[in-house]
Amino acid sequence: MKSCSFKRLRLRGRSVVIAAPYAWLLVFFVLPFLIVLKISVSEMQGVGFTDLITLKDGLLQLSLRLGNYPALLQDDLYLRSYLSSIRYAAMTTALCLLLGYPFAYFMARARSTLQPALLMLVMLPFWTSFLLRVYAWKGLLSDQGWVAGLLGLIGMDPLLLATGLITSPGKYMNTPFSLVLGMVYTYLPFMILPLYAHLSRLDLRLLEAAADLGATPWAGFWRVTVPLSRPGIVAGAMLVFIPCIGEFVIPELLGGPQTLMIGRVLWDEFFSNNDWPMASTVAVAMILLILVPLALFNRAQAQQEAGR
Amino acid sequence: MKALRHPALGRGFARGWLGAGYLFLYLPIVALVVFSFSDSSIPNSWGGFTLRWYRALAQDNEIVHGLWLSLRIAFFTACGSVLLGTLAAFALVKYRRFAGRTLFTGMVNAPLVMPEVIIGLSLLLMLVSVQKALGVPERGLLTIWLGHLLLGMAYATVVVRARLQDLNPQLEEAAMDLGARPWTVFCLVTLPMIAQALLSAWLLTFTLSLDDVVLSAFLSGPGATTLPLVIFSRARLGLNPSVNAVATLIVLVVAVFTVCASLAIARAERRRQREIAQATTPPRRIR
Repeated sequence: MKSCSFKRLRLRGRSVVIAAPYAWLLVFFVLPFLIVLKISVSEMQGVGFTDLITLKDGLLQLSLRLGNYPALLQDDLYLRSYLSSIRYAAMTTALCLLLGYPFAYFMARARSTLQPALLMLVMLPFWTSFLLRVYAWKGLLSDQGWVAGLLGLIGMDPLLLATGLITSPGKYMNTPFSLVLGMVYTYLPFMILPLYAHLSRLDLRLLEAAADLGATPWAGFWRVTVPLSRPGIVAGAMLVFIPCIGEFVIPELLGGPQTLMIGRVLWDEFFSNNDWPMASTVAVAMILLILVPLALFNRAQAQQEAGR
Repeated sequence: MKALRHPALGRGFARGWLGAGYLFLYLPIVALVVFSFSDSSIPNSWGGFTLRWYRALAQDNEIVHGLWLSLRIAFFTACGSVLLGTLAAFALVKYRRFAGRTLFTGMVNAPLVMPEVIIGLSLLLMLVSVQKALGVPERGLLTIWLGHLLLGMAYATVVVRARLQDLNPQLEEAAMDLGARPWTVFCLVTLPMIAQALLSAWLLTFTLSLDDVVLSAFLSGPGATTLPLVIFSRARLGLNPSVNAVATLIVLVVAVFTVCASLAIARAERRRQREIAQATTPPRRIR
């Protein structure tokens, strides 16, 4: 008898533990998306949108206005901003990997007593305001700023001009360069942390074995370390690429008018044009865009878990 | 073994790379602090030491009000996030199978990668629909809190989940074998073991909420301007030395808080480990 009530208590506890966050997420995360989906197939009506289902002469009428989706493809503003969002996000991801991989690698190979401190120093910027750190770059890259002066001194201009990241020498603020710099700066820790997690768990005996079998240190690195850290690379790349696609604050503060980003287009559609259906359509298209890398990422993770 | 540490690359190169990396990460923070004391009307150029931006701050009503609103929202966000995040983490770690687990996992993780403009837009459009039908809620503290809670919960789940996964389930099983009810087990065994993660999650979601621009912009109403919204609108117009002063104060408070908290957490963790080690060492056999 006692064990019976005991079991019931456990079961009730279990259902509360699952049901409470479940219901909350359904109401505040999934339902809003369904509403966005619904509004994306309606039309602008004042500051608002047409109803999907109306009751007219005792008949239910369903009015799907699919006009927003062709408009998305016809107006090249949307297409261009999608493409340039992908380009900037890809560039940011590549640079983060290039800078972050050696960083995480050296962290993982540092003295083990030092590692907690090194890790803490990477995490600490998370605790200080992201908005303010991005704002600080605005000053550093302005014409009188420290970094602008430094960049001019070390002669980065020809390279940046050649890649089209800046258009006139010595002007860094409000260019694609300042946008990418701001995004690399913000998302670098998101690349370093998963890489570090994988690299610090690497079994060094494998490298020793490779060396015993005649591999040079470089060969060992490329054929043992890098393949084994692949899950970290994938995780880091996703954590950088996906949020960069929809980034709004960094392009707004550092990007200047000529850099197109889809997050900004959505914002303007909503706040400046008050076109809620179009903003919803952009949002739906953005979700579709993100789902592809996300699905790939989930598959990679599932494979990894299955392999373990 | 030692030779393997930095294959083909010198130790100096490694140090240089790490040093440059940390310089990159900390440069903007240093710049904010330095220029908040600069007596120059052109921001980011040194014009001698001054405290006038700090004095101006105290009279800046917009900033003071924004800070108060942000602190309240951040407090409620952190509490709610830890509660919901802990429940979600328990569901994910302790109950391997239940109906719709895949959907649940997806929903918990999605806010981490979903662009904030989409979360903000969708939540706002839903709240507008609800408001049309019921007349409530007015946009303001409550609606901003709902948005922050969604994001905060996802982060809290990650933190608590990681800790729960590392936990030794034998300790809970032992308590149950000794006759403790689930609730007692939770309060006396599980809770102390995850307390550190709960505190980390609370602090993380607090600072997350204190920093958020996009969700707040979508979900705020007239008169509900959080501090980041004030800073953002000023930063958009150009550089503003008073922002440097606010930034320095925030960085200072957060740094002191974080360092103290992590020291306390580390000490508590060491004590716990010692106690567990003592409790689980078998008593010496009497010969």
